[in-house]
Amino acid sequence: MSSAYALELRDLRKSFGKTEIIRGANLAVTAGERVAIIGPNGAGKSTLFNLISGRFEPTSGDVLLNGQRINGKRPFEINRLGLSRSFQITNIFPKLSVFENLRCGVLWSLGYKYTPFKFLADLDDANERADQLMEMIKLDKKRDVLGINLTYAEQRALEIGITIAGGAGVILLDEPTAGMSRSETSRFINLIKEVTVGKTLLTVEHDMGVVFGLADKIAVVVYGEVIAFDTPDAVRANARVQEAYLGSAVADAQVGGGH
Amino acid sequence: MSARHYEFKPYNIGRWLVWSLFALVLLVAPVVFTSSLSHTMLSQMGIAIIVCLAYNMLLGQGGMLSFGHAVYSGMGSFLAIHTLNAVGKGAFDLPVSLIPLVGGMAGLAFALLLGWVTTKKAATPFAMITLGVGELVWAMSLMFPEFFGGEGGISGNRVTGSKPFGITFGPQIQLYYLIAVYTFVCTALMFAFTRTPLGRILNAVRDNPERVEFVGYDTQKVRFFAFCISGFFAGISGGLGALNFEIVTSEVVGAARSGAYLLFVFLGGATFFFGPILGAILMVLAFVLLSELTKAWLLYLGLVFLFMVMYAPGGIASLIMMNLRVAAFGRLRTLWVSYLGLGLTFLVVLLGAGAMIEMTYHLQINAAMGDQVKYLGIPLHARGLNSWFGSLFVVLTGFGLFELMRRQFAIQWGEIQTEIEKEIKRRETA
Repeated sequence: MSSAYALELRDLRKSFGKTEIIRGANLAVTAGERVAIIGPNGAGKSTLFNLISGRFEPTSGDVLLNGQRINGKRPFEINRLGLSRSFQITNIFPKLSVFENLRCGVLWSLGYKYTPFKFLADLDDANERADQLMEMIKLDKKRDVLGINLTYAEQRALEIGITIAGGAGVILLDEPTAGMSRSETSRFINLIKEVTVGKTLLTVEHDMGVVFGLADKIAVVVYGEVIAFDTPDAVRANARVQEAYLGSAVADAQVGGGH
Repeated sequence: MSARHYEFKPYNIGRWLVWSLFALVLLVAPVVFTSSLSHTMLSQMGIAIIVCLAYNMLLGQGGMLSFGHAVYSGMGSFLAIHTLNAVGKGAFDLPVSLIPLVGGMAGLAFALLLGWVTTKKAATPFAMITLGVGELVWAMSLMFPEFFGGEGGISGNRVTGSKPFGITFGPQIQLYYLIAVYTFVCTALMFAFTRTPLGRILNAVRDNPERVEFVGYDTQKVRFFAFCISGFFAGISGGLGALNFEIVTSEVVGAARSGAYLLFVFLGGATFFFGPILGAILMVLAFVLLSELTKAWLLYLGLVFLFMVMYAPGGIASLIMMNLRVAAFGRLRTLWVSYLGLGLTFLVVLLGAGAMIEMTYHLQINAAMGDQVKYLGIPLHARGLNSWFGSLFVVLTGFGLFELMRRQFAIQWGEIQTEIEKEIKRRETA
């Protein structure tokens, strides 16, 4: 089965007990698009990410990665097929150095698997790639600092670094700027733009300024459904979206401010 | 970018020096300590070093708390002694020096067999499963006396088979050097393991298993492979043990043995590669010397373990490394007085507590032999008010002084650490 889409959700559903959290989500993301997923708290944005990345198994419906069905697969299998994600709560290797964190992220994609018969120091491609990543996320001065000893913003950058390390074509970022100050956020958004050039990017984001600055397209998730998926301008003009999510004056102000 | 950039920093001299020193120590130890007791102990230390390092592959490097690792060293011992006996009967020919490898293969085989179930889960469930598997094998040892030798165990004779260069392994010193070679090679191999992709991903699995799944690795497989490698080295240690003692009883697969691995690896320090080596040396010292010194040795051991868990969870290795850091910044000399004070006051506590423990033991075990207890040359009266009161007084005085010293030391230590942090910052910006 072939498909033109990098990532496609078909009538995706997920229930926890009797509560249906994702209620028939549909989405089709073309390769190379940057998509921001927005929606009110509890709309199911993070759950959607968890379903796509294999953390949860969908109750019904399909997730397709480059046309291949991936629902029900384990996270590492999905990762090997070219999808990588970051986490809302920083999820790094705290007792490994920045360099080691990144190197762990690249090992599988370079085919080293579980080998105990090669020395890490001899893996020139992995080491070069880890160094390259370290420069990209601007942590090259912190090479030997343990993950746990980094500042919060640095940890967030490392989180992104590990996510892109394996060279996956589809990147999911779950609230990458959560907990950052305004100035940190704008710097960080530029960083994300730089490191995801040419990749398909999905990001959950609350900051409307960020959303309209970063995304080619916006998907609006409300009560477990994607109620709109279009360009930022079209989404802003969408009556259903305005009613469900952007209707308030506060939201309007946020949209205006970010423009 | 040149490839040299990636090499581990103290590669050139530092590492050569450390390993040469290690080889040298293994080589000359029996020349320095010449009594037969010390040769026995040195042999046991080599055996313990291998198994403790193997155990730490799980605990320190993989975050897997095993309560049943004696299964793999123990099965190594049994397979090794059966092989030795088969060679002795002429069933086939195998140099005695290779029999520890048979133990290693046995450890590996059992790890392959039992490891997949064991590593299915991490953390607490993993610990529970290892406990269960340990009990299972212990129960089996009672069910199959033909293999496990029942109460008396299986005995063998290591002087058998071909004798290359006239080496029979009869004299303890010959066996010691065999053990030393195995110890050196196994230690080097296990250190090399920490520098491989599997070794590093194992650290990542320890730190954050969930994230590992999202960078393409199956965490169970990582745990399983590490478990098998650890089982292999544990088996080698078991095989050497079989050659050393020439008898294997079912206690080698028992929970007490597994517990000893955990306890001494922790005491030595699980967070550093060399920690378990210190732990192994302590294990043999405690089992051979401390147990001779006092009947209450397990109680003392328990106390030490308790204090270590509470005050120095990184074990002796981390204490050493912390002080080395202080020394590197030239601050260690300011601490000598405090260390002396801490040591002396602690000895006072130990003196008093020891007297009370010994008197209690005497009352419980040797009561028929009268009330008189010789304690460090001092005659104590186990039912006498004076002896008890005196001991208590010593304990309380010692404890009060120790606590004073400890508080002062904590402040001093904290100050030095902040100064060092500042110094590091300053060097970074400079």
